[in-house]
Amino acid sequence: MNRRDFLKITGILAIGAASHQTAMILLSSEVKGDQAKKKRWAMAISFSACVKREGCRDCIDNCHLIHNVPEFTDNKDKIQWIWSSHYESVFGEQTNMFTKGMLKNLSILCLCNHCENPPCVKVCPTKATWKNKDGIIMIDYHRCIGCRYCMAACPYDARSFNWKDPKPFIKEINRDFPTRAKGVVEKCNFCEERITQGLLPACVEACPEKALTFGDLNDPESDISRLLKTRFSIQRKPHLGTDPKVFYLF
Amino acid sequence: MIEKAFKGTIGYWLWLCFLSALALAGFISYLRQLDIGLGITGMGRDVSWGLYIANFTFFVGIAASSVVVVLPYYLHDYKKFGDIIILGEFLAVSSVVVTILFILVDLGVPSRVLNVLIYPSPSSLLFWDMVVLTGYLILNIVIGWWSFDAKVKEIEPPIWIKPLVYISIPWAISIHTVTAFIYSGLSAKPLWHTALLAPRFLASAFASGPSVLIVLCFIIRRWFGFNIERDVIKKIAIIVTYALSIHIFFMLAEIYTVLYSDLPSHKSHFEFLFLGVPGNRFLIPWTWGSTVGAIIAFVLFLISHKKNDSLVIFASIITVVSIWLEKGFCLIIGGFVPTPFEEYPKYVPTIFELFITLGIYAAGGLILTILYKTVVSFRQSK
Amino acid sequence: MKKIILGLILFLLVAFLPLGYNIYTGKKAYIPVIKAPEDKKECVENVFIMRKRHNIVLEKWRDASVRHGIKKYVSLNGTYKISLTGTCLGCHSDKTQFCDRCHDYAGVKPRCWDCHNIPDKVAEK
Repeated sequence: MNRRDFLKITGILAIGAASHQTAMILLSSEVKGDQAKKKRWAMAISFSACVKREGCRDCIDNCHLIHNVPEFTDNKDKIQWIWSSHYESVFGEQTNMFTKGMLKNLSILCLCNHCENPPCVKVCPTKATWKNKDGIIMIDYHRCIGCRYCMAACPYDARSFNWKDPKPFIKEINRDFPTRAKGVVEKCNFCEERITQGLLPACVEACPEKALTFGDLNDPESDISRLLKTRFSIQRKPHLGTDPKVFYLF
Repeated sequence: MIEKAFKGTIGYWLWLCFLSALALAGFISYLRQLDIGLGITGMGRDVSWGLYIANFTFFVGIAASSVVVVLPYYLHDYKKFGDIIILGEFLAVSSVVVTILFILVDLGVPSRVLNVLIYPSPSSLLFWDMVVLTGYLILNIVIGWWSFDAKVKEIEPPIWIKPLVYISIPWAISIHTVTAFIYSGLSAKPLWHTALLAPRFLASAFASGPSVLIVLCFIIRRWFGFNIERDVIKKIAIIVTYALSIHIFFMLAEIYTVLYSDLPSHKSHFEFLFLGVPGNRFLIPWTWGSTVGAIIAFVLFLISHKKNDSLVIFASIITVVSIWLEKGFCLIIGGFVPTPFEEYPKYVPTIFELFITLGIYAAGGLILTILYKTVVSFRQSK
Repeated sequence: MKKIILGLILFLLVAFLPLGYNIYTGKKAYIPVIKAPEDKKECVENVFIMRKRHNIVLEKWRDASVRHGIKKYVSLNGTYKISLTGTCLGCHSDKTQFCDRCHDYAGVKPRCWDCHNIPDKVAEK
């Protein structure tokens, strides 16, 4: 069994408050010992494969179903983990008079970029959002105070806020995944709960055209590493220096 | 001492009742917001900060501006400001309370606000803002109250007041600088992403804050017959004039840089603010109003030294409104429009949002009234 | 002075009224009874710890799982998957008979269930 799977606090809890610190030290030392094996999860989205089925939204539906993402009727309350938008909205600075016509109907999948250098993380006043050891930008919904500074800081609009109680707007609750409460910010978690179990992200699994590739950039033999080595890829707003982990392939 | 605030004319009591009623209406609206969530405001996924944060920004400026009366008195020994300095400090106290209230009502989960202290995050400017605002509030309460107390008892203020005053001067600058850094540090919002934001904030604060003080001086003269020397008001008006000129200069410098360099991501915000886009021309009157207002106020201040008081009052009011619109409303909303997806969403505050905002104004007004009444009553009893 | 003493006596009377009422009627203070699962003997820690500090255990679980990616918990009683819905409610299958009883009595309102689900088999009950 993996060492970092363990959390040992046996007995110490009985002693009292002083033991809190001990437990935390124990815990952090175990996590630190694991740095060598860290992964860099990333995703590649193929334009050509994605456009094959017009109006297909299998990835979006699967993600939103699995993660209990509510469907608000009012646009301003909308919550999205993964969504699609027009080419010229997503890649505004990569649009010219010709691409405008050519790629007019091309809808581009958008999700959290899980930036290597995330602007949202450093602005959080409570450390409720952070980059985990595998490079995934996480949110602790228990700690978020709902100041929405991270939303203002995100150049990709990847974060949504729970303006109202989301529960009544979830069609069918998946009991294997928690919902969120009103007043916190949420977003795509790169299916952290699934990849720790060895599963692929929900969107990747749902795609009928296999347009989405997910894998570890630190592993040169992974599918995604090989794909990115051989095909031309672009990222959203690379000039901001955030180093997105979502790549778009031609 | 404070008991003086609870003896007044019927008019005074009616004023207090009016403010309390407004604050109560705001509180009731806030309970509704707590129940339903921030969804009852006009904010949404695109414009995710609105009236609350706009007001927060503006009132940090008002709070910081007390330094323009403190500084001449303590550093340049300008004794004539001796009377007004306490008014400046108490204005700062009530403004800081207002800013804190605006932050609180803007939180999605206000019950967790102490997480900011439990998990301090020095990389976040919001954390630093909390530190400097709390510090500034404490500084002003301590300095204001002890020096006032000394005056009442006709003794020298305690020896430790002076060092605190000297600390409070850079501290005042810091609160507005940190507030500007909240915005200017974000690469995602081109309108805010300018090194000129902090200097602009300070210039506009030193125009709007003392303008509020001028208006307040006239009000307490009218209502309480408490006379502030004309010289003092004139001096403050001069400070406002220069601050306004710097403010206008900074704005023009910003507009030049954006328009001449022609960078689409930056220009689009200014185009939206000044010209609008088809289907969304909401902010045009406000942007132009504030810009033209600032220039008119500047001209009025320039010629006011020869004219009567009402011109000064008028110019001060225009200054306050113009800067509220510029630094508060247009800057915050304009920062979010266009969105990263080049959409132009509309933001219109709801009635609940307005009531909560007015309620916080009223709460600040209550604190200010009580503090000012104490000062005025003491002065008149002498 | 007389007024103060009179006031104090009045206050004490009112304050101790509920106590006196219970003594008079012979009722003991209400103690909530919780329904422990019948088929299981031990929780993730021993009863004493769970009774006194289950909130701390849960907080540790929360931080370990959410923030540190630690998904398993080892105690003298065995190894457990860190999951409120899965592990805790897996045994304590009736939330209303277990969690709520004490929480209601103590006036504690944990916000766990704002987000965490009650598993299907429990929800059906």
